[in-house]
Amino acid sequence: MTGEKNGDFAVSDLPVAGSSPAAEAAVRDLPATCGPAPATLTADEQIHQFVRKNRRGQIRVRVFSRANAVLGAVFIALAALTIYTMASLNYGRVPFLEAFAGAAGDFWTMITAPYIDRHFSLAEVTEGLFVSLALALLTTCIGALVAFVLGLFAAANLSSRALSNAIKVVMSFCRAVPTILWVLVFTVAVGLGPEAAVCGLLFHSVAYLVKAYSESFEEIDPGVIEALRASGASWWQIVFQSVLPETASSMLSWTFIRFEINFVNAVAVGAVAGAGGIGYQLYLAGSFYHNIHEVGFIVYYCLIVTAVLEIVATQLRKRYL
Amino acid sequence: MPESPESTATVRPAGVTGASGGSGASGIAGNAASAAAPAAQATAQAKAFFRRRGLIILAVAAGLIVLNGVSGGLLSFDFLQTIIDVPSGLIWMFTNFLPSAASLARLPVILTQLGATVLVSIAASCTAAVLALVFAVLGSRSVGLKGPMQFIVRAIASLFRNIPTVAWALILLFSFKQSEFTGYFALFLTSFGYLTRCFLESIDEVSRGAVEALRAVGASYGQVVAQAVIPLCSTVVLSWVLYMVETNVRDATLIGILTGTGIGFVFDMYYKSFRYDEAGLVVLAIVVVVIALELTSNFIRRAIL
Repeated sequence: MTGEKNGDFAVSDLPVAGSSPAAEAAVRDLPATCGPAPATLTADEQIHQFVRKNRRGQIRVRVFSRANAVLGAVFIALAALTIYTMASLNYGRVPFLEAFAGAAGDFWTMITAPYIDRHFSLAEVTEGLFVSLALALLTTCIGALVAFVLGLFAAANLSSRALSNAIKVVMSFCRAVPTILWVLVFTVAVGLGPEAAVCGLLFHSVAYLVKAYSESFEEIDPGVIEALRASGASWWQIVFQSVLPETASSMLSWTFIRFEINFVNAVAVGAVAGAGGIGYQLYLAGSFYHNIHEVGFIVYYCLIVTAVLEIVATQLRKRYL
Repeated sequence: MPESPESTATVRPAGVTGASGGSGASGIAGNAASAAAPAAQATAQAKAFFRRRGLIILAVAAGLIVLNGVSGGLLSFDFLQTIIDVPSGLIWMFTNFLPSAASLARLPVILTQLGATVLVSIAASCTAAVLALVFAVLGSRSVGLKGPMQFIVRAIASLFRNIPTVAWALILLFSFKQSEFTGYFALFLTSFGYLTRCFLESIDEVSRGAVEALRAVGASYGQVVAQAVIPLCSTVVLSWVLYMVETNVRDATLIGILTGTGIGFVFDMYYKSFRYDEAGLVVLAIVVVVIALELTSNFIRRAIL
């Protein structure tokens, strides 16, 4: 990126060029396999034998490597794709500056003047918030239970290779389907209602947690499992005496992260799939009543919840990790 | 979940008094100089430990079950009915959402829209990353500006990250109407908040020593940023951008449904007109693209890290 500038360093500017006693000692200790180093050379000259230089005799600070090449290629590809997309994007037929001013004005109204107008009461919005929280809690807890069992079978060190791979493939399929599509598909499959929302959110939660759990199970010291196996412990004894105690804190941390994600998802699902909760009220306020003040109020409610969850998460991490 | 620290706190004092009682007993036993005392004391301590651990686990489990019961009640969620419904629902899903031969005729339309969505996700991630990098450099602890800048950057990042995507989509829809740009901008704003936060942490983690070294030899602020911070962070930044592209493709479906753009709109259209086989084809196409993106970014990550 700024590699050309590095060429400005002259050889004598570099700290290694000084003949400090430490540098000389380091050179003296170089193993003989490093190359021919006749005793007549000074420490300075010996060092410069091993340094890669460019044509003008300056030290190369940046060396070509596969990693750097891939890095540069990916950056160039991403930049090209971005420029192409921004140039070919359909910007609609709205006058652009006015639209920007309008959006900024709406955003400002939303964060500075949030209040409940005539469409909802405070009690309704609060109930909606708790419905979304309940949805998140239920999916996280059921999801964690299911994911724990599946995670055990998906961990390569606790189950057979075939079973582990099979579960991992199914789970990466489940993870690749966006949450909202799971919920919409389940809405027609089992009927509109909380059951569809819970099932839809559950699929993504389980897939996410199985990956997280099985990866932390696989990090367990194999010696512990081998020792328990050698002393005749059954599979369940291994799980409850070594796997569970050792990974409990990282599992707790992952589960709590998933709870935060599930709350965000519950809001989104409420808006799009009509699963109720504060998300649905947000959708009504924005799409039907066109009332920015109410949107702002509901956004503040969600912000408070995410802030509280973040504080709880840091406290949990401080106490138990 | 927030209940669990409280429930452990109520159990803990009992455990503490049990332990102190045990040590008191050991003092008396020590005076009696009995040979069996250490063993008995150890068993007593072990028993107390396991009893306390059992109580804690029981209390946490009970608390969670009660909370789940309350949540289920609030949602009027029928647990047993769900268990009965899910298998038949899954079977219904696989029979109805399976793409039929007729739906394959729609494949070109779906693929064009999906391609456009992927491009928009990439553009949103990259432009957001550029802005987020500037903000993160200005607000980081190691190379940031002094004064209130650190707090301001963190507040902005946290605000943009935590405002629900739905709210962004609705606000932008008011002004920008139904166009590809609306979807792009909604993705851009959420990615910006998320990436700023990630970059802030990465910059402080990766470049502290190098920044100090360059400062010590008298480099200017611009030199420190250009020679230490950006080269050292480039792999981490790229890794986060790739992750963001994957997330954005998935989020673009939600935003697409709300703003009527991209693949989300296509899915919504088929879904609402009960053409489930075509909707299923859209889901399959999304799955293939997301998995391909995941594999590509894993390959790139292995090559650069």
